[in-house]
Amino acid sequence: MSFLAKPVIFLLCLAPGAYLAYAVYLAFTGGENLLGPDPAQFLSLETGEWAIRLLILSLAITPLRYLFNWPVLFRFRRMIGLFAYFYVCLHLLVFLMFLLQWQWGDIGTEIAERPFITIGFAAFIILTPLAATSFNIAQRKLGRNWKRLHRLSYAASILGALHVIWIVRSSYFDAVLYGGLVALLLGYRLLRKYSKAVQQFSLLK
Amino acid sequence: MIIKTRKEIPSSEITPEAVYRDRRKFLKSSLAAGIGGTGLLSSTLNAQTGDALFARAPADINLASKPDWLVEKAAARTDAPASGPFNTDEELTPFDDVSTYNNFYEFGTGKDDPARNARDFSIEPWTVKVEGECAKPGSYSLEDILKPHTFEERVFRLRCVEAWSMVIPWVGFSLGDLLKRFEPTGDANYVQFDTLVDSEQMPAQRSRFATIDWPYQEGLRMDEAMHPLATIATGLYNDILPAQNGAPLRLVVPWKYGFKSIKSIVAIRFTKTMPNNTWRDLQASEYGFYANVNPQVSHPRWSQASERRLPTSLFMPRRIDTMMFNGYADEVASLYDGMDLRRFY
Repeated sequence: MSFLAKPVIFLLCLAPGAYLAYAVYLAFTGGENLLGPDPAQFLSLETGEWAIRLLILSLAITPLRYLFNWPVLFRFRRMIGLFAYFYVCLHLLVFLMFLLQWQWGDIGTEIAERPFITIGFAAFIILTPLAATSFNIAQRKLGRNWKRLHRLSYAASILGALHVIWIVRSSYFDAVLYGGLVALLLGYRLLRKYSKAVQQFSLLK
Repeated sequence: MIIKTRKEIPSSEITPEAVYRDRRKFLKSSLAAGIGGTGLLSSTLNAQTGDALFARAPADINLASKPDWLVEKAAARTDAPASGPFNTDEELTPFDDVSTYNNFYEFGTGKDDPARNARDFSIEPWTVKVEGECAKPGSYSLEDILKPHTFEERVFRLRCVEAWSMVIPWVGFSLGDLLKRFEPTGDANYVQFDTLVDSEQMPAQRSRFATIDWPYQEGLRMDEAMHPLATIATGLYNDILPAQNGAPLRLVVPWKYGFKSIKSIVAIRFTKTMPNNTWRDLQASEYGFYANVNPQVSHPRWSQASERRLPTSLFMPRRIDTMMFNGYADEVASLYDGMDLRRFY
């Protein structure tokens, strides 16, 4: 049955995007309105939420693998990371195309003057080389540097969490949830690195 | 996620008023004239706007019960004047959108939360406490507050600080006419309003994650409050207000960002000094006391130069330039003579 795991996870990750694509198709052909009276805003929120969720999920793979001794999880890490990037791209596309209608002047000002957009855009820039080097050959060619490069996902997740925290309005819930998860997952790595260093140090003595 | 199922309205329920003073006809003819081209485009627009232009509120708006006297008063409202600031020839935002796309944080954070969570909201009994610098403070029942006033239809643009806007036919009367009855003293320089606190009925008031220190509060300078455009709204389209739109009475200050237009009012307080208002209290660098619609003063999160007029569509977006004082500059600009509106945002 485990051969089914990958396609199932693939379809689960794709499902929200597929639903939104169907809703956009209906909007284009004049069908039922699934997007509400402010469709661009709705799409922007939905794609953004899935981007941060999958980014966090991709960061959770390593800790879960060690905590529960579940090496099979590594098989899904790349796919989930790429899906996170996919939703980041959709989120940016919705912003440029549907919220700003490709008005390049406005796009420049928005990115430069709204700090939460600046950091969101920075996260997209940071994730781009990671997506571009996600395949096996790049991984082999880059060797040790591949791991170093892909640690940039930590920075991207911090920026992503700040992006969410910055748009808090009447409730801290999303900020606490996503900010807390990013802090937890990065904190785990720090702790692990620190305890390894302590271990090595005591062995040297 | 907004999944809307639009109920068919039986033809028997549609009165001649359904052609809401010919707006719908106007829209259809202008659509036909303006587009006339591909079937694809016109069908898109029809789905987004044309068919949705219901002129009547449905019979079952969100409320536990509707007081008869209030419904009768709303139905007996006078029509908006043909021209002037109390009307506009812009296309109305359909009732469905006005009543399902709301910022009413007592009922949740999502735009569709209030419509869902306010279904059984009760406005009976309703008391408004009048306090502070006035000769006639006291607790007034909803009937005491509303009965002496004649309701009028007032079609205003509503501009949210989040850069979207609607055109809404309210039912109501001038706030000043109500305030005068309490005989504010010479020391009443400002007036403050509170929204209801009732965590039984308003689920988000039970949330541990709320940023707002309930009650939601708003305020106006006395001369702003006495301006005839400052409105107490009691209804929407041809009916009383649904709960999610601020039943049974709310403020509508059309030249200010929407958050000034406080909903479900239970307290009116005349004060000597500038009173607290919720969003300024939470984030003073982003939200001011005045909050006049001003395309030149940008909010850190949203450009205020333009707005999305709702309902909008993906492929034929209605993105329009925001007007100074939301288009009411002729009427209200003089209130702010000599003030630096960049400083007093």
